[in-house]
Amino acid sequence: MEVRVEHISKRYQKPELQALKDISFEVEKGELFGLIGPDGAGKSTLFRILTTLLLPDEGHAEVAGFDVRKDLRALRSAVGYMPGRFSLYQDLSIEENLRFFATLFGTTIEANYDLIKDIYVQIEPFKDRRAGQLSGGMKQKLALCCALIHRPKVLFLDEPTTGVDAVSRKEFWQMLKGLQAEGISILVSTPYMDEASLCDRIALIQEGHILSIDQPKGLQEKYPRPLFALRAQGMNQLLDSLRDKPELASVYAFGEYHHLSFKEQSPQGMEALLADLRSQGFQDLEAHSIEAGVEDCFIELMQKSDGSSN
Amino acid sequence: MKQFIIFIRKEFWHVFRDPKTMLLLFGMPIAQIVLFGFALTNEIKNVNIAIVDQSGDWAAQELIQKIQANRSFSQGLLLNSEAEVEEAFRQGKVKVAVMIPPNFGLDRRRTEGSQIQIIADASDPNTATTLTNYATAIIQDYQKSDLLPGQGPLQIETQTRMIYNPELKGATNFVPGVMALVLFLVGVLMTSVSIVREKETGTMEVLLVSPFNPILVIIAKAVPYFFLSLVNLTVILILSVLLMDMEIAGSLGLLYLSSALLILTALSLGLLISNSTASQQTAMLISLMAMLLPTVMLTGFMFPLENMPWPLQVISNIVPSKWYYIIVQAIMIKGQGLASVWREMLVLMGMTTVFLTLSIRKFKTRLA
Repeated sequence: MEVRVEHISKRYQKPELQALKDISFEVEKGELFGLIGPDGAGKSTLFRILTTLLLPDEGHAEVAGFDVRKDLRALRSAVGYMPGRFSLYQDLSIEENLRFFATLFGTTIEANYDLIKDIYVQIEPFKDRRAGQLSGGMKQKLALCCALIHRPKVLFLDEPTTGVDAVSRKEFWQMLKGLQAEGISILVSTPYMDEASLCDRIALIQEGHILSIDQPKGLQEKYPRPLFALRAQGMNQLLDSLRDKPELASVYAFGEYHHLSFKEQSPQGMEALLADLRSQGFQDLEAHSIEAGVEDCFIELMQKSDGSSN
Repeated sequence: MKQFIIFIRKEFWHVFRDPKTMLLLFGMPIAQIVLFGFALTNEIKNVNIAIVDQSGDWAAQELIQKIQANRSFSQGLLLNSEAEVEEAFRQGKVKVAVMIPPNFGLDRRRTEGSQIQIIADASDPNTATTLTNYATAIIQDYQKSDLLPGQGPLQIETQTRMIYNPELKGATNFVPGVMALVLFLVGVLMTSVSIVREKETGTMEVLLVSPFNPILVIIAKAVPYFFLSLVNLTVILILSVLLMDMEIAGSLGLLYLSSALLILTALSLGLLISNSTASQQTAMLISLMAMLLPTVMLTGFMFPLENMPWPLQVISNIVPSKWYYIIVQAIMIKGQGLASVWREMLVLMGMTTVFLTLSIRKFKTRLA
């Protein structure tokens, strides 16, 4: 096990906030583990605890075999950390930043060049440019290089793709797959549900506690009911009207469609609903059955946990 | 060691790549020297003087030439009557006037003597006093040179001797003051933002998640500013010697040693501020607002400490620049050696130790 988290809790004083509640999970060597959840779910707090930047109030955690409370120095050499905000020196060039972090960790760019090569070649043409003048995608690549330059055993990436364009995001996930092949364990957090399917396993996190940990496929297969997508003219009115239907178990807006599911499974359910909506005057109704995605699972789990806590 | 060196190099990059820092670091001392040297001087030069010669004899001519030759006064406006003098004062053409009475040449040899009237524009009392003193001095000087051997009125003369600074040059007062002010404030200000800046930009988060020793972070932060402050000191000294005719009476080595000590005190105080605050703005505010006023007021070069009420005199003891000011005056002007300044140097050393220990203790190896 590269990362072992047992019953970690963390409370902030100002403002009073329970950031993490009894979190437990494990990450294996070479695994790409995703923490998926909205802003304020506690992802950054968890990363900061695992990188020794914050002390947990309760619980026990080990990273690369080192205790987050006791083995401060050893743990810090064994991990790479890329904070959510771009945190390199804006007035230093690409090369200077990279050399600085390499030296800080007691190594050189040359010694570990093979590890970062695929990423670094993309920004190397601009190596004399100051970091502050780079685009979002390039900053992110540089930050990844700096986090990797000492060949860490475990890599923590806190929302690495926030504020990065779609093409760069895709490239970034390909890079992560490459690093995984090198045997590096990667913990990545993201608010984007579509990135979840690229992880080996994901933990859905909400208001400081984990709703579920599973493989993306496994999570989707566990979705309890058949799911439908529905579209018509006047989507807002359609949503209002659907929310009044007692036979529906869930209804929510999802891009161009509304997703919904029925409490009772019957072949005629959808037909009856469509007839009902038509009689209410909705036009261009279009419905089809879909497979649940990660976001559907997340919404389902969120509602369940809300229902149980209220 | 390699880590330490690259960290220092990085700090130098930060300084040299930020025009604002560079301006503050090197612009401030030059501006201060020039300001105090040329604009805010309390020396009096080339004041317009009016001279009324009612006697017209040789003795009066001699005196007038003496006045005109003096550096403090301009060529002199030669007028004929008291009415003209009044007019010149009213129009602001002159600040001081000398009235030589009729029969000056003859009367001065008689026992009753002769009286010369000096009139000064006292709207600025300090300048007026200084000007009348200058004029009196010239006249007395003339009187002495005019005496025939073995002859002279019986009079008690007071002899005033200005030691250390016989020419009463303003530079001897303000150069040590500017040195104390600039070296101390620049040192505090520069370092006070340095650590907190890393907290603000988030780079501290990355730095902390590295095996680098936190104490080395603190020391590496101070090193560039230490050397740059020494450069600063050199600039101030060169300017003072070349532009202000300042002389360095004592040992240059000792001057640098004590300056290095003050710089260290300033840097460690700056680091302490930086470690105790959360934003660059707060750090800046503390080092400017809380440092500037006490430093200017309580160092002793703007306002003499001896004249202050005792609570302020007590407080002045915790102002590091006060001690440095005493040291610099002793070395630079009085030419004294280590024997007379070691106590003040010990005080600075003590302060440095306290500040540095506190800031190392305050440095957090975690975020909260």
